[in-house]
Amino acid sequence: MNPTYFLLLIYIIVCTLIITYWAAKHSGTTKQYYIASGTLTGYQNGMAISGDFISAASFLGVVGMIALRGYDGFLYSIGFLVSYNVVLFLVSEPVHRLGKFSLGDVVCSRFPGQKMRLIMAICTFIISLLYMIPQLVASGFLLRLLLDLNYSVSVLLIGTIMTIYVVVGGMIATSWVQIIKTVLLMSGTFLLTLIVLSNFNWDLTLFLNKVEEGTPLGEQFFLPGHLFNIPIEFLSLQLSLVLGTAGLPHILMRLFTVRNTYEVRKSLISATWIIGLFYFMTLILGFGTVALLGYEALIAKDPTGNLAAPLLAKVVGGDFLLAFVSAVAFTTIVAVVSGLAISATIAFSHDIFFHILKKGKTTEREQVRSARITAFIIGLLSTLFALRLESINVTSLVSMTFTVAASSVFPVLVLTIYWKRFTSVGAITAIVSGILASFIFVVLGPYVMNPSDGLFKTEAIFSLYNPGIVTIPIGFLGGILGSLLSKRIKQKETDFNSFYIKAQSGYSSRGES
Amino acid sequence: MAQEQLQKEKRVIDYEKVQSSPQFKQFLQRKRKFIIPMVIFFMIFYFLLPIFTSYTTFLNTSAIGDISWTWIFAFAQFIMVWTLSSIYVRKAASFDKEADEIIRDQLK
Repeated sequence: MNPTYFLLLIYIIVCTLIITYWAAKHSGTTKQYYIASGTLTGYQNGMAISGDFISAASFLGVVGMIALRGYDGFLYSIGFLVSYNVVLFLVSEPVHRLGKFSLGDVVCSRFPGQKMRLIMAICTFIISLLYMIPQLVASGFLLRLLLDLNYSVSVLLIGTIMTIYVVVGGMIATSWVQIIKTVLLMSGTFLLTLIVLSNFNWDLTLFLNKVEEGTPLGEQFFLPGHLFNIPIEFLSLQLSLVLGTAGLPHILMRLFTVRNTYEVRKSLISATWIIGLFYFMTLILGFGTVALLGYEALIAKDPTGNLAAPLLAKVVGGDFLLAFVSAVAFTTIVAVVSGLAISATIAFSHDIFFHILKKGKTTEREQVRSARITAFIIGLLSTLFALRLESINVTSLVSMTFTVAASSVFPVLVLTIYWKRFTSVGAITAIVSGILASFIFVVLGPYVMNPSDGLFKTEAIFSLYNPGIVTIPIGFLGGILGSLLSKRIKQKETDFNSFYIKAQSGYSSRGES
Repeated sequence: MAQEQLQKEKRVIDYEKVQSSPQFKQFLQRKRKFIIPMVIFFMIFYFLLPIFTSYTTFLNTSAIGDISWTWIFAFAQFIMVWTLSSIYVRKAASFDKEADEIIRDQLK
């Protein structure tokens, strides 16, 4: 391994471990461990949200996709950005007002009960793990490509570091790792963008001409139609992406780490700026790769295009910049998987251990201890899974996570917050039908049933890779039918009234702490 | 302070009354009138982009020099997200004020 890589990597690991050590001293209570006592400022939280959200798949994958496919690669990222408007307008403030630590808290503030809590916890667990495993698998491949480590060593390294952050430092350490990652990622991409543009003397026309020369698509590179050939498939994917973010537990969890709704809004608006500017820069990096490196040279190194950004860094900035970009990719991966690990941890230790197994009667110390044990087990399990699932299709799992989130958590949240006739039975049927539909359609779809490389070597029964356009309505329908068909189990009007007033005005949640 | 706390605990809040009070109803209506059209607007504005690029080609014509409408529309999405979120933040501050008034007038 190149010594520059090694030093930078060690430097980052040491710095973040120091933060973790400091965080550990402030993680004695559940409030500190789960939500950093709600003490992050809006800007800090916005950076942490971006750190949670921009995965290595975005950083490396989107740059590569733009380099290979041009316009369509860029279109892909816009859906992610627009999804933040859905979060801001529809769910952010009510979720902050209703929840304490977890999504279970939010739904149970309207439909109290252990069954409800258990289902929300399981749902959070499924979504977080579904997302975590492909991230770990992808990280294994990336580190192998970037640092010449072998797959198992890479996964073990990332898995161990993630587990240490979460077990020792809880939400405080996770947040700060994510903030550092955002700073590194944004400054790294900004630097790279400037260098790329300066290579063309800041002349955009020259730049675009070079891009045209570098790609086999020629002028077509700047026009849509090179990635998504089936329109309905593309629309279905976009629908899952736009609605999915508002159902991702590890993102929604970040609405609890600030003091009040004012800070919630500030977090989300800073996140949209950071994420938007980031995608904007990936466009220039993608173009730059084509202009400076060329299509042929890129696919010769890596046919998936994932190495576009690092290769570009090497061309324009030599070994040092390459090492820096690799370090950024490394931090990106660890920050994302830590966020996922802590959201799965909270679902288990707060909802299942504290509320269901202990019936809400244990000490703070006991809870934090159980959280740490849970975090350790989750870290261990996900690392083991990732080690075994080397050959799994990463893209399919990532898009499936968004589909599951958009068809289960999102409908339940929207109906819980806004629909008066919604019942607890409806909430359960929404979750169950959304999750089941997502799994069934993915299994029947071409990711699993594929004559060439599927698990079952047959023609797919359902033709879409991304079933969101079918499963999201199924989730909503499940909730609506479940509510209309179930008898209202003594759900008194006053219950909804007090819930609704709390959700809309923040009465009783504001003022506390 | 302690006395206030005591008074608060003694009173049972009639949520139904609050819910049906004109003050709360107006507050909700204002909120709805803002949020619903906005959400409909940005969902349509966003989905027109993939719909147009996948089913039609008329956006492929040039707008300014070499830059085609597809790019203008794509960049407009960024502007849209940033503008709408700023509008929301500004608007929500006034909703917060109203909510505080309701809490002060009816719930304390």
